[in-house]
Amino acid sequence: MADQNALFEFLLRMGDNSLILGHRVSEWCGHAPVLEEDIALANTALDLIGQTQMWLGLAGEVEGKGRTADDLAFLRDAWDFRNLLLCELPNGDFGRTLMRQFLYDAWSSIMLARLIGSSDPRVAEIAAKASKEVAYHVERSGDTVVGLGDGTEESHQRMQAALDYLWPYVGEMFDGDAVDTAMVKAGIAPDPASLREEYDALVGRVLTQATLTNPTDTFHHKGGRTGYMHTEHLGHLLTSMQWLQRAYPGATW
Amino acid sequence: MDQPSVDTIWDWLDQVPDPEIPVISLVDLGIIRDVRWEGDVLNVAVTPTYSGCPATTVIKFDIEAALRDRGIEKLVLTTQLSPPWTTDWLSDKGRAALEKFGIAPPSAKGEPDRCPNCGGTDLERTSQFGSTPCKALWRCRDCLEPFDYFKCI
Ligand SMILES: [Zn+2]
Repeated sequence: MADQNALFEFLLRMGDNSLILGHRVSEWCGHAPVLEEDIALANTALDLIGQTQMWLGLAGEVEGKGRTADDLAFLRDAWDFRNLLLCELPNGDFGRTLMRQFLYDAWSSIMLARLIGSSDPRVAEIAAKASKEVAYHVERSGDTVVGLGDGTEESHQRMQAALDYLWPYVGEMFDGDAVDTAMVKAGIAPDPASLREEYDALVGRVLTQATLTNPTDTFHHKGGRTGYMHTEHLGHLLTSMQWLQRAYPGATW
Repeated sequence: MDQPSVDTIWDWLDQVPDPEIPVISLVDLGIIRDVRWEGDVLNVAVTPTYSGCPATTVIKFDIEAALRDRGIEKLVLTTQLSPPWTTDWLSDKGRAALEKFGIAPPSAKGEPDRCPNCGGTDLERTSQFGSTPCKALWRCRDCLEPFDYFKCI
């Protein structure tokens, strides 16, 4: 049996990615430039929160201390979160939100496809469910990146700015540590670095079509998935997301 | 009362409408995966359509209410993730009801076969997402009416 602590950490990383990005995307609700985009963003956020319930639900089960997905979402502080820094970055303009979504969806679609073959049937089951939804997300975010990148002068320039801003947060997806080594050894999850080639091919194809130039700088920020150091933005996000449970502990519908 | 047969329970569940698309039943939607007696406890397994579908909670509540109304006292509802729900599980009765209601049923080619309004085939997609996670927005260029398409997953 795999090291349960490592499995718990791995599940937090999966669940926190979808939770934090899902919350970010939900901030667009009622603010998108057109109704169709508003609905699409809300639906994407909803899928991500649904996936969170599965990942964090399993994390709580594996931890064995009786914590539910809700407990993990609403009662942890910033330093206990294990999401990629990319997911917590503020939305910026619509273009940056969609670029962030595409950079994440591309990784997520590849990761989930690998996890369908996980040695842990509970992980495989969640991945099979989530990957069907993410297939839709990546198709849409990819199309939008192409539409705006290869659009007007203004939209092109904004998408290039978004890419330049977000690219230094991509590298963290492929970092590995002792948790990943334990997951690989148990056959539960792939080595993050092994996803890079497929990722670069997919992202490269879309960016080329979008007439955008991939930054060549290889520096990347890190500290999200290990919890070592988040950006200041996460705390602000949590203040809003967790407010109700903090102000009225135990409140239910 | 006598223990109702599993077939009877399926019939009852076929009378519970989907909360978001009330013209089809939960059985039509294909989300009831198993109905089974274990001793005097009725077990019903439900699979979510989309993992974040907000209707899932309402659906479970509706199932429980429908079965309790008919005298089922010991009931266990479980969520079954695997195999994941697919639109192939929509019944033919459900597909016909969808189209009659104005929602194009899912098609394996990934887009609607025809306009549910006029039957026209000159169609365009206006948005990949619709009013619920399971639908996309389309428009018919023949009658110019917008319509929902039940996405194929
Ligand atoms: Zn028509």
